[in-house]
Amino acid sequence: MIGFIFGKLTWNDLPHQWFTIGGTLSMMLMGLAAALFLTRTKKWKWLWKEWLTSTDPKKIGIMYMILAGLMFFRGALDAMMIWLQQAMALGASSGYLDPSHFQQIFTSHGDIMVFFATMGFLTGLLNLIMPLQIGTRDLSFPFLNTLGFWLYVAGAILINMFFVFGGEFAAGGWLGQTPLTELLYSPGVGVDYWIWSLQISGAGSLLSGINFLVTILKNRAPGMKLMFMPLFSWATLCSSILIVTVFPILAITLGMLTLDRYLGMHFFTATAGGNPMMYINLIWMWGHPEVYILILPSFGIYSEIVSTFSHKKLAGYISQVVALILISLLALMVWLHHFFTMGAGADVNAFFGITTMFIAIPTGVQILNWMFTMFRGRITFDSPLYWFLGFISTFTFGGMAGVLLASPAADYQLHNSLFLVAHFHTMIVGGALFGIFSGITFWFPKFIGFKLNEKLGKYAFWLWLIGFFLSFVPLYILGFMGATRRMDHYTNPAWQPLFMTSVIGFIVIALGAGMQVLQIIVSIWQRKKNRDTTGDPWGGRSLEWSTPSPVPFYNFAIIPRVTGRDAFWEMKEKGIVSSPDKYEDIELPKNTAMGIYVAFFALVFAFAMVWHMTLFAILGLLGIIVCVVLRTFDEDTTYVIPAAEVERIENERRQHGGD
Amino acid sequence: MKRISKPLGIVLLFLILLAIFILLARNGNLQLLNPQGYIAQMQSEILFGALILAVCIGIPTVIATYFLAFHYRKGSKNAAYSPNWTGGKLLVIVWWTLPTLLIIIFSVITWKTTHLLDPYRPLASQQKPITIQVVALDWKWLFIYPSEKIATVNFIEFPVNTPVNFQLTADGPMNSFWIPSLGSQIYAMSGMVTQLHLSASTIGEFPGSATEINGKGFSGMKFIAKSSSKKDFDIWVQSVQKSGKPLTLSSYDVLSSPSMYNKVVYYRYIDTKLYAEIVARFMTPTGSISMPHMY
Repeated sequence: MIGFIFGKLTWNDLPHQWFTIGGTLSMMLMGLAAALFLTRTKKWKWLWKEWLTSTDPKKIGIMYMILAGLMFFRGALDAMMIWLQQAMALGASSGYLDPSHFQQIFTSHGDIMVFFATMGFLTGLLNLIMPLQIGTRDLSFPFLNTLGFWLYVAGAILINMFFVFGGEFAAGGWLGQTPLTELLYSPGVGVDYWIWSLQISGAGSLLSGINFLVTILKNRAPGMKLMFMPLFSWATLCSSILIVTVFPILAITLGMLTLDRYLGMHFFTATAGGNPMMYINLIWMWGHPEVYILILPSFGIYSEIVSTFSHKKLAGYISQVVALILISLLALMVWLHHFFTMGAGADVNAFFGITTMFIAIPTGVQILNWMFTMFRGRITFDSPLYWFLGFISTFTFGGMAGVLLASPAADYQLHNSLFLVAHFHTMIVGGALFGIFSGITFWFPKFIGFKLNEKLGKYAFWLWLIGFFLSFVPLYILGFMGATRRMDHYTNPAWQPLFMTSVIGFIVIALGAGMQVLQIIVSIWQRKKNRDTTGDPWGGRSLEWSTPSPVPFYNFAIIPRVTGRDAFWEMKEKGIVSSPDKYEDIELPKNTAMGIYVAFFALVFAFAMVWHMTLFAILGLLGIIVCVVLRTFDEDTTYVIPAAEVERIENERRQHGGD
Repeated sequence: MKRISKPLGIVLLFLILLAIFILLARNGNLQLLNPQGYIAQMQSEILFGALILAVCIGIPTVIATYFLAFHYRKGSKNAAYSPNWTGGKLLVIVWWTLPTLLIIIFSVITWKTTHLLDPYRPLASQQKPITIQVVALDWKWLFIYPSEKIATVNFIEFPVNTPVNFQLTADGPMNSFWIPSLGSQIYAMSGMVTQLHLSASTIGEFPGSATEINGKGFSGMKFIAKSSSKKDFDIWVQSVQKSGKPLTLSSYDVLSSPSMYNKVVYYRYIDTKLYAEIVARFMTPTGSISMPHMY
């Protein structure tokens, strides 16, 4: 009976190691501080009504950004622990972490940074920007959007719950190498935490992907042809198509591993006809496109940034679109390059090596296009452009390292070395993350109403860039010294100075991140000074800049008519002012808490599955089904703002904010 | 004069950087650029080529971008501004063609080198190759010399300038077998046998490692690969044949149970079917064998 309720959970699974106690305490303190603050300021109701239950993509987007920021710091803490261990653990010293703890840390570092930090930032930005860029008031499926967000939250909670219950996370690398993650070699709950948190947040990503895809195809403003869309929306489209294509593979692969672990099946076991290689194959069929899902939106951001700050049309618009599409297509046919060393024949390896190299063509074209956009521009050096210029210096070399890795003959030497680790960090930090930072600085005034402090932003940039090179150039060199990834200990004394340099680099990056936090605080402090009264602080080109800052909850009082690319630029050129004489009723989705309820039950279900709690698993599953059924019968999901009300709000804004 | 000095300066800086880089590359710690074997030699040439290409394409790209950004900055006096210029058809064709041509050249090189350096391709040599069977265990490497009838843990010795044919399998989670100074790694997986062909061109001891995470003893799975003269090798083999411990099915079961940071051990390889049995035990349905140890 106790097993039926509590499953494998016992008193011994409560925190007793230093990191679980520390993790639990810090989470409790943060929760307590937040609760106290909300109670003191009487904001609980406000939080629930205005934010948590909102279906407004702008609010959901901001919530994504906040949680992704938190998870980013959580992942950075892991990074610090990894590098500290590696700087210490030479020869007789075994460092301060035991091997299995170290392995759990790099596993969670990878998963948190990819699934919860970078994916969170991106989904947030997509939510914020894309609807405005294509001229719509909402996504096609507002409920799916809130549900997707809350599933992401549930995943983020679950991946941290091992601190409190169990004290053990997966130790098989961020993708969970089989057969290591099979029951025989990893009998603990760590792998189950890993499976279920990825499964839940993956479901959330899939829902978001479907939503973005349908929104772009169905909800564009009148006249907005696909080939008129700003590049960021194109990147969103490509990214969403990839999400819809490959996230089901992730769900199924993890599902098969679940069957192995829970029902004793043998999909990926080493014994009884299982095939661990098939797991590696499947997980990379998702994993490789995933990298492009992360980087494509950043490419889109760079296109927007370069053209805006060059005050010039984007050179080679069609080329850029074709390049994005080609990258997306090629992304689906290169996954085998992650395991050239698994014994595939030379023909197969060469084929996948060459398809991988072909990605360099559209990527190179993108860089050339950005250069030609700057050619004969009038470039203003605001901080978003700094991130772009930093990206060029990191990404060019990271990309060339990628072409080298794509050559199987070289990969036989470089596979799983620190060279590889340096390469993909260059792509994700120097490529995706710099783009995200650039985008955040760029669009911040649009949603919050004031600009971020430029000076601190530039300091943050320089710290990040210098810290980045200090951290990752040593890893390239270490790869050439024969250092493999994921070492908790080594014996070659020549490696230690390089690891120490990486730690210094980490400190510089941490200062950069600290500078960004300071930047936000100072900017809030100086919000009056940096207020954006025009709605167009940078001289923007696409539709989002035609709206006032911060954007009204209905986005556009009147849905704009689009006649070409750079729609807002064109309006400004032609002198079209957007103050119509007649307003219309606006229909918007109502708030709903159903997303929270479904995600809550999903969390209960997943947690119960981790601990084999039959009762709670059944309850959780039933809860999900009941909530979804209830929601489908709810036909009263929208409300209407009468035209008069819209007019009142618009007039008030014009008197207030206008000038 | 001034007009020439600028590009000249850049080229000079370039050459100096290149010289420093090549000097640094000769640092013996950079194992991948200081090959000690036939395969690693060819791979280091690819790496060098790629590095030089990276310098020749990457640095100009970055410099050109920064130059454009600086030259066309707002307030610059002698820079044109054409806000609607987006490049003509010709330019589009050129800037698609350039990277495409480059990648086509790379592709041809890739196709050739992939076949040339295929780990499965036996190396041509006057010398008779020696075979070493490798078993990736938790968490050590077992090496079996089937013809010499010896086995070792975490240490291999082989004659210089002689092809070494590795046959690899695992009794435990999959792993990857790598000797950076000699080149190419390959996975070792249970229930299957993979192949790797290497040879050393100098006498010496080279570090080898496991590169795929396989549990808590992963970092301790280091071994030494020693190349020696044919004579020294024969002496070594004889000494192991004489003084090694016997390796049988039962002593193998003790050896294969999980252990970390193992010392070098020498064995006489008595039960000559052992390697085949290690491979085969993963191919039988569950139930008919009991896994030797739970974790």
